Amino acid sequence: MAETAYWEAIRRAHDEEMANDPMVIAMGEDIGVAGGTYKATLGLYDKYGPERVIDTPISENSYTGIGIGASMVGMRPIIEIMSINFALLALDTLINAAAKIRYMSGGRVQCPIVMRTPGGTAHQLAAQHSARLARMFMSTSGLRVVTPRGPLDAYGMLKSAVRCNDPVIIIEHEQMYNLKEDIPEEEFFRPLEGAEIVREGTDITLIGYNYSVHLCLEAARRLEADGIDAEVIDLRALKPLDRETIRKSVEKTHRVLVAEEDEAPVGVGSEIIATVNEECFYALDAQPVRIHAADVPVPYNARLEKAAIPSADDVYEGALKVMGRI
Amino acid sequence: MNDADKKRLLREMIFYRRFEDRTFEAYMERKIGGFLHLYSGQEAVATGVLEKARLGRGTDNDYVITGYRDHIHAIKTGAPPREVMAELFGKETGSSRGRGGSMHIFDPSVNFMGGYALVGQPFPLAAGLALGCKHRGTDQIAICFLGDGANNQGTFHETMNMAKVWNLPVLFVCENNQYAIGTRIERTTAVVDQYKRVCAYDMEASQHDGMDIDIVMEAAEKAIDFVRSGKGPYFIEFMTYRFRGHSMSDSKGYRTKEEEAEWEKRDPIKIYSRRLIEAGIVTPEDIKAMEREIDDEIENDIVKFAEESPEPRVEDLDKYVLDDNPDPRWIGPLQQ
Ligand SMILES: Cc1ncc(C[n+]2csc(CCOP(=O)(O)OP(=O)(O)O)c2C)c(N)n1
Ligand SMILES: [Mg+2]
Repeated sequence: MAETAYWEAIRRAHDEEMANDPMVIAMGEDIGVAGGTYKATLGLYDKYGPERVIDTPISENSYTGIGIGASMVGMRPIIEIMSINFALLALDTLINAAAKIRYMSGGRVQCPIVMRTPGGTAHQLAAQHSARLARMFMSTSGLRVVTPRGPLDAYGMLKSAVRCNDPVIIIEHEQMYNLKEDIPEEEFFRPLEGAEIVREGTDITLIGYNYSVHLCLEAARRLEADGIDAEVIDLRALKPLDRETIRKSVEKTHRVLVAEEDEAPVGVGSEIIATVNEECFYALDAQPVRIHAADVPVPYNARLEKAAIPSADDVYEGALKVMGRI
Repeated sequence: MNDADKKRLLREMIFYRRFEDRTFEAYMERKIGGFLHLYSGQEAVATGVLEKARLGRGTDNDYVITGYRDHIHAIKTGAPPREVMAELFGKETGSSRGRGGSMHIFDPSVNFMGGYALVGQPFPLAAGLALGCKHRGTDQIAICFLGDGANNQGTFHETMNMAKVWNLPVLFVCENNQYAIGTRIERTTAVVDQYKRVCAYDMEASQHDGMDIDIVMEAAEKAIDFVRSGKGPYFIEFMTYRFRGHSMSDSKGYRTKEEEAEWEKRDPIKIYSRRLIEAGIVTPEDIKAMEREIDDEIENDIVKFAEESPEPRVEDLDKYVLDDNPDPRWIGPLQQ
């Protein structure tokens, strides 16, 4: 085991996959000579050269498209988008092309690209750098969407994503790059499907993904002091969604809360609660609650920002509400 | 090029015209749905350029990609016309198994990497195909056919820049038919000569008559040699005209009858027929016979195949969304 930061885990996965397969390349702004905004490719330019660690111009839609075209002829590009806000520029090639080419071609052409991008709020970056957007990708047929909550998945899921034959979006988080965890030193893979029960409990199910798993875990610790035993699920993959794990947990606890960092309308929480309704409505003993951001562009002012974005406090209070304690 | 090849090229162009005419009829009979964009009038461009490319079922062929006006590019690249017609009829035997339709013909068995509806989207995809060729160290190239209107997309500028910076083996073929649906080029485009636009990226470029297949072939051969030899991307523009509407729902009210008549005089099939007749390579009777033979093939082989082919099964609706046989090591599910 080695203590590894989230960014180091991503860097290690790049390194190993590039060493393993010459068809793996990395592309993105500032990822080569500069080593990457989040250091995800630090040192790899020197190791693999400019043809495999490609510094792109600020042309998100077209460099994503170039990655897609290359993937159609056997390459395995890992495309970094500096911030999920800028991924909006690449939606045409990503959604209109990568997500649809396998289907439109009757299964004859595939686009095994990986797009990595941080989606989440940091501190006071204001509206144009604080988008989350997981819900948008989650609702797109033909994509896989994964949300590693820590170094273990950041490493293991990136490695799986490179080898998988579908387009995979990996949503990282600005506030998690320095998060540390012990991970095995020998190579391993983490699957792109399947939610994970990260804390077992019997009284209520708290569901999160990406950063919001940490809010759920923090809330669970505080609920324990109140004598409430919360189960915490990390969805891990938003698409395809693991409906089974959600159902089994809710059938056990009879109570559910979903925490997302995004705004609520048509969000991850809506989808999870709809899933609960479809899978196990009669198992519910209380109305489900979703914790989410305020439906506003994220403000700059720190106090306003704090009010807009859900915290562990919000999850804790939401859980008490589900439990009928407040 | 010998006489037999010249005769073959003429036959190909006549075939393409008749093929498109027949799809028009099938559309009227409601055998074909959706949007249908025909290539009639522009045949010399795809036929001439691709005649000089390396095509077929080998392992080192060039890649071809284009927009939604794609039937003929697909066929010339090597997609069986039966499968293209079956695709238009929405059949399981179609090039894209009935999932794509007219605008999305794919045949990776001959490196035809698709038709795309999003105007300008094939630019970066083509550069990506070229990046793949370069990475593997082969001398394959990617050839991207698009219209004049596509050059007003951001992807045009972004891709020209990257293709040049990275010295990619890609040939951009601009089929300038002077209209983007119903809007004439001058009304939307500051620089009307499209080949001039890429000088901003210091890219090799040239402009030629796209109605005369001999001129097209000569220009394309030079451009393809340039790209294949590793000198980088090339942008080639052909002046042409589509004889039919943009798609089936087009009134053509935006063009004058005089303009259409002028261009019809420059019909690429008429120009080439005349040239071959004058050279004594074919006779008018040969051409008549060719047409009869082609019509017979289209009706009794190609359309028959499309008509008689089965439709996709509804049970297969969600096939091909993601890899249908994924490796559990990467996909899971997670063992708790
Ligand atoms: C991004 C995008 N915007 C608009 C359209 C609608 N549209 C389809 S074809 C077309 C005109 C394209 O003209 P051109 O590139 O000259 O090709 P041509 O049809 O003349 O072959 C337009 C506007 C589209 N398909 N994609
Ligand atoms: Mg046009």
